[in-house]
Amino acid sequence: MTAITHHTPDALLAAYAAGSLPQAYALVVAAHISLCLDCRAGYEAHLSGGGAVLETVKPEAISEGLKSNVLDLLDAPVAPEPIYRRTGVYPGPVIAALKGNPPKWKSLGLGVRQSILSADQNGSARLLYIPPGQTVPDHSHNGLELTLVLQGSFSDTTGRFGIGDLEIGDQDLEHAPAADPGAPCICLAATDAPLRFSSLVPRLLQPLFRI
Amino acid sequence: MITRPDTALDDRPSVTGPSVTGPRKDNTLVTTPPPPPQVSTPTTQVSPQTTWMLAVRDSRDRAAFAALFDHFAPRLKGFIMRSGTGSGQAEEIVQEVMLTVWRKAAQFDPTRAQVSSWVYQIARNRQIDVIRKENRPMPEELAEDLAGASGAEPDASQILAVEQESSQLKQALSRLKPDQREIIERAYLGELSHQEISTQTGLPLGTIKSRIRLGLDRLRHELKELR
Repeated sequence: MTAITHHTPDALLAAYAAGSLPQAYALVVAAHISLCLDCRAGYEAHLSGGGAVLETVKPEAISEGLKSNVLDLLDAPVAPEPIYRRTGVYPGPVIAALKGNPPKWKSLGLGVRQSILSADQNGSARLLYIPPGQTVPDHSHNGLELTLVLQGSFSDTTGRFGIGDLEIGDQDLEHAPAADPGAPCICLAATDAPLRFSSLVPRLLQPLFRI
Repeated sequence: MITRPDTALDDRPSVTGPSVTGPRKDNTLVTTPPPPPQVSTPTTQVSPQTTWMLAVRDSRDRAAFAALFDHFAPRLKGFIMRSGTGSGQAEEIVQEVMLTVWRKAAQFDPTRAQVSSWVYQIARNRQIDVIRKENRPMPEELAEDLAGASGAEPDASQILAVEQESSQLKQALSRLKPDQREIIERAYLGELSHQEISTQTGLPLGTIKSRIRLGLDRLRHELKELR
């Protein structure tokens, strides 16, 4: 095990704590916090900031009866919520996104596979499986791409990313991440826009594979 | 295990409190610069809110829950209505939040969070679930296994220190200029995107983060199994 060296930036932790991150990013940040005590502390510090706001806003009078309603409901039976625990290399939030099922891998060619967890107009989250030594096609993105390593490691022009490391790719980053030798690299990646590939063939394949 | 110098505790008698600026009301902006450090009353007891919350968590104490309701329900309603939610729907959310406080009390860990932080998180989750109709992804919970796995007694000085840092954060917020404070409120109300939130939110979070980190260190062995 090596220490996590690439963390969630503070502004993302603040937005995550406040609940203003798009769902796909929130999933990656929740997964990173599940692995990283430093970022969990940063996130919980922002909850304290939110708590301070809660304590200092102008209170509003509560309707008569709300309190007794709530007290009456304390013993009402509730359906237990499923608790999704870490399974294999996948942290709890990823297992929750998979609804407890194993990933459904689809081949992208060259041994690269993906499993889409969510995709809509606000962005997409997916698991990527990259065989050792394999390069993911050179691509850049329209918006922010967050990539969290769950198994193995990859390297690109900006450095090496091991288990628990989070890479923040913005639109200026044109990169061809390559899985390092050793174990296959499994990542959780989220974008707020479809990836753009620089070479023609992957670009033609893009609508097919939704990458 | 705490290995760092425990300054927040050692220096408690000399920590600057709000009383040196004279009588204060909530929501009153202090326009004078922060005073130099002076002696104020040291915190030696946990706040009523934490005491109530622990009674709810450990003894399912209904009177303590009623006291928590009286404290938080009007604040929650004000907080939720700040974002433009109507009174009726705000009260529905308040009801759900307070019921969640009761049902999930076992997850409350006073060595990492003041009650207000914990309630804030529940409130934001509830608001988001209502708006998006889907659950916000949450980090894997660490607190559940606390008693069983570590067997460690909660550290009272750590609880007090978290409370003290939280109350200083609240004071820092009320000392800010109105426009600065407005930005922070909007950020934590979820009205700003991550692009709009600069890394400098203006709130001094460094100390409380270090303090929470000490609380998390007690759970470190659990993470070792995970990674």
